[in-house]
Amino acid sequence: MGERADVWQGTLALMVLKTIEMMGPQHGYGIARRIEQTSGNLLTLNYGTLYPALLKLEQEGWITSEWGVSENNRKAKFYKLTRAGRKQLEKEAKNWQQTTAILDRFLTPVEEQS
Amino acid sequence: MKPFRQVRAFLLRVSGIFGGERRQRSFADEIDCHLQLHIDDNVRLGMPPGQARREAILKLGGIERARQSYRERSTLPMMDDLLRDLRFALRQLRRSPGFAITAILMLALGIGASAAIFAFVDAALLKPLPYRDPTKLVAVTERVKLFPRANLSYPDYLDWKKLNTVFSSFDVYNRNGYMLGTSSGAEPVAGARVSDGFFRTLGVKPLLGRDFYAGEDLPGVAPTVLLTYSAWKLRFSSRQDIVGQTINLSGVPTTVIGVLPEKFQFAPHGAAEFYTPFQGKKGCDLNRGCHSLYGIARLKDGVSISSALAEMKAIAAQLERQYPDTNRGQGATVEPLADVIVGDIRPILLMLLTGAGLLLMIACVNVASLLLVRSESRRREIAVRGALGASRLRLARQFVTEGMVLVLIGCVLGIGLSDGAMQSLLGLIPKAMLLNMPYLVGLKLNRDVLLFSAGVAFLVVILLTVIPMLRVALHGDREGLTDGRRGASGTLWRHFGANLVVLELTIAVILLVSAGLLGKSLYRLLHVDVNFEVSHLATIEVMAPQALYPKDEQLVRLGREVVRRVSALPGVESAGITSVLPVTCNCNTDWIRFVGKPYNGEHNEVNLRDVSADFFKVLHAKLLSGRYFTDAEDASRPKVVIINESLARQYFPGEDPIGKKIGGVTLAPDSLKEIVGVVDDIHEGSLESPIWPAVYYPINQDTDNAFSVVVRTSQSETSLLPQLVRAVRSIDPGIGTAFESTMEQLVEDSQSAYIHRSSAWLVSGFAALALVLSVVGLYGVIAYSVSQRTREIGVRMALGAQRSSVYRLVMREAGRLTFAGIGLGLVSSVGTATLMRKLLFGTAAWDTATLASVGAVLGVSAMLASYIPARRAASVNPVEALRAE
Repeated sequence: MGERADVWQGTLALMVLKTIEMMGPQHGYGIARRIEQTSGNLLTLNYGTLYPALLKLEQEGWITSEWGVSENNRKAKFYKLTRAGRKQLEKEAKNWQQTTAILDRFLTPVEEQS
Repeated sequence: MKPFRQVRAFLLRVSGIFGGERRQRSFADEIDCHLQLHIDDNVRLGMPPGQARREAILKLGGIERARQSYRERSTLPMMDDLLRDLRFALRQLRRSPGFAITAILMLALGIGASAAIFAFVDAALLKPLPYRDPTKLVAVTERVKLFPRANLSYPDYLDWKKLNTVFSSFDVYNRNGYMLGTSSGAEPVAGARVSDGFFRTLGVKPLLGRDFYAGEDLPGVAPTVLLTYSAWKLRFSSRQDIVGQTINLSGVPTTVIGVLPEKFQFAPHGAAEFYTPFQGKKGCDLNRGCHSLYGIARLKDGVSISSALAEMKAIAAQLERQYPDTNRGQGATVEPLADVIVGDIRPILLMLLTGAGLLLMIACVNVASLLLVRSESRRREIAVRGALGASRLRLARQFVTEGMVLVLIGCVLGIGLSDGAMQSLLGLIPKAMLLNMPYLVGLKLNRDVLLFSAGVAFLVVILLTVIPMLRVALHGDREGLTDGRRGASGTLWRHFGANLVVLELTIAVILLVSAGLLGKSLYRLLHVDVNFEVSHLATIEVMAPQALYPKDEQLVRLGREVVRRVSALPGVESAGITSVLPVTCNCNTDWIRFVGKPYNGEHNEVNLRDVSADFFKVLHAKLLSGRYFTDAEDASRPKVVIINESLARQYFPGEDPIGKKIGGVTLAPDSLKEIVGVVDDIHEGSLESPIWPAVYYPINQDTDNAFSVVVRTSQSETSLLPQLVRAVRSIDPGIGTAFESTMEQLVEDSQSAYIHRSSAWLVSGFAALALVLSVVGLYGVIAYSVSQRTREIGVRMALGAQRSSVYRLVMREAGRLTFAGIGLGLVSSVGTATLMRKLLFGTAAWDTATLASVGAVLGVSAMLASYIPARRAASVNPVEALRAE
């Protein structure tokens, strides 16, 4: 358990948006699986926590949902990125990259920089 | 962008509060599908089905928690809870409809009554006057001993205006009637004469045309007139080209220069439609001793009313030294214009508002005690919910919600009621009187009234929730689970709930006593001895335009002709003429002096009336000594006068006044008149004012262009009125008639009678409701207390107590409460009545008959109300009472 971390605050939304962008319309279970897989199983995710997050994203208009049929013929609710969601994803991804880049500079030893 | 998204999300959450079931179903489906997909995957990985399912559920992290956080996200939890509380409260109320309906009706009544009265208070007392910067406007008049607000004379006004340094402008007005020339003859219209700056002082600009220019009020300027909006609309069909047109006012061609705005109103002079500039040119206007004007002024910045008053008093004192004959004793009055406009009805409105407030209080107390009773009977429910983990706050919130639901429904209903009440109250005000209260025009539910109702409702919610909450707080939550503590709650009840009834009865007594006193005042007022026979008298006012009747002889002829024609009508016994009808006002006064008596220098102020020869006979007023006038007594004969008994008693004590002479303050030879008769004290003033000394002159020696005809009939005087109008108009289409009425109507509808009647009725209404509510409240309390003590009573009876002792037990409790309530009430109502003694007429605040009968009525009703539960207690079957436990 030691090496596996909980999804930290504020990043779940970004991950969800990115996942949907990559996979196209997807149901909650698929999104959850994909997030875990992408993290190389370093993140643990209570699948249940995903649903309020999806609801929030939908309320904010980044994604829409629609009932459909899954690959193995189960009735499932599919989430799709909206145009606003796509923009939001770009923006947030950029922010996040900037943040990590900055942090990186702090964490990289000074002598190596010069 | 961001805030917009947040608002959208918020709105979605708000809308999520509704349709919760559908949403939950959808979510359950989604979770279901999620699990199935996960199980399918697990099975594909080779897990046995049972394990596959367990794993999937575990990974989901507890469905319940997911559902909870999903629900919290999809709605606003606080509002969701509130809504659920609301639903629960509604369910609770539906379960006891009797309680709910009673409580809601009581609250609706209380809130409705206070909102309706508040609407009047708001319109009359709170709304600023519709003029520019109205707090700077003051009414300025002279002041004499008998009249704190006496008219100004024109020369005095001019001096006051010239000498003062406290007003930025100072203008005068007085009422004036005109005969408006129309295609079918002439029609009397109400108007006012104003000085040129009148509208600028008020801060009112004409809607059309122009205001009077400075100097337009001087004699000799071409006559002009400003129309009010209603006159423009009704009489000239809102013609845009009216400005510049010439109309005929009392035979004088007059140019219309403008139309006043629709909202313009000026209460003090009644229903004026035509405003003409002052143009003082008549005898009275030029005479410093003839007082006929009212002043309004605008205070300069930084000048207070008291400093303005001080200056006006100083100026008045200076004029008094300068003109001792005319200005002796003439002081000054400066007061806010608002006081002049609404001053008379302020105490009444405040009293009514207090009455409505008390009624509301009774309603609240009643509902509160009902809630308390319910909270007692719901002790178990509360205890159980408390034991199951509901926090105190949560329980309290439930009470708040229940109170809110009751008040909300009551408030909505009450506002509906108040609108109806307002309209019917307005309908009760006689039209003529309404003209003097223009601030009441268009009275309706408005923002202020709604805000007031909301405020009241808020207070009521607090009251209604605090009481049951106290109950929860005072009482241990868990105590209700064990059932053997009935005694404790009984004590609390008796200390708290029962005392509410005492308060209720106290308020009821106050209202009943007030109603009783006002009713008695009204009776006294309407039965004032007016010293003439009021019934079978018809009256009408006749106006002869000065342009058509400029000479005294013409008016004398007209008067004789009017009397002759009217007397010839079938059913008419006799007819007479007077300058001012009896029972109207102590006004139109004169200063007199007596030949051969020492003069103290003061004005001997007396009512002055010009009457025709038969006037006293028509009224059936008693002649005490001397003789009546004769119709032949006109300008060609020696001047004579009849005085009333008060004058004789005050100025001729122990002498025979017949043959004595009276005159003006300077005893100028042409003012001297010989007293030829003494009549009984005809009530000239309003019903509540005292009798003043009065002098009567023969109208043929002192003519006027307007006079009232009084007709005694042998049949119904009302049916005679139309014939009266026709008979007078048939003499000359150029003269006008107005105010046809009967003397009885004049007495019954006089302002003082009206005010007394309406306040007596309204307060009686409040009092009746209060009586019912408080008796119902007492009944509820006693019935509840009996139901609480059923077992105790059962035990007593099982041990051999007699029915009569059970009666005694219950009635003693009821008696104690009633006695305390009535006692407290009687004491407080004497205090209340003292506060409203200005409204009482011929009735003392501590009128023992009223106090005693109120005490008796309330006592008997209260005892009757407690008798029913007492009987129920006495018929308790001891066996069943014990078994019930």
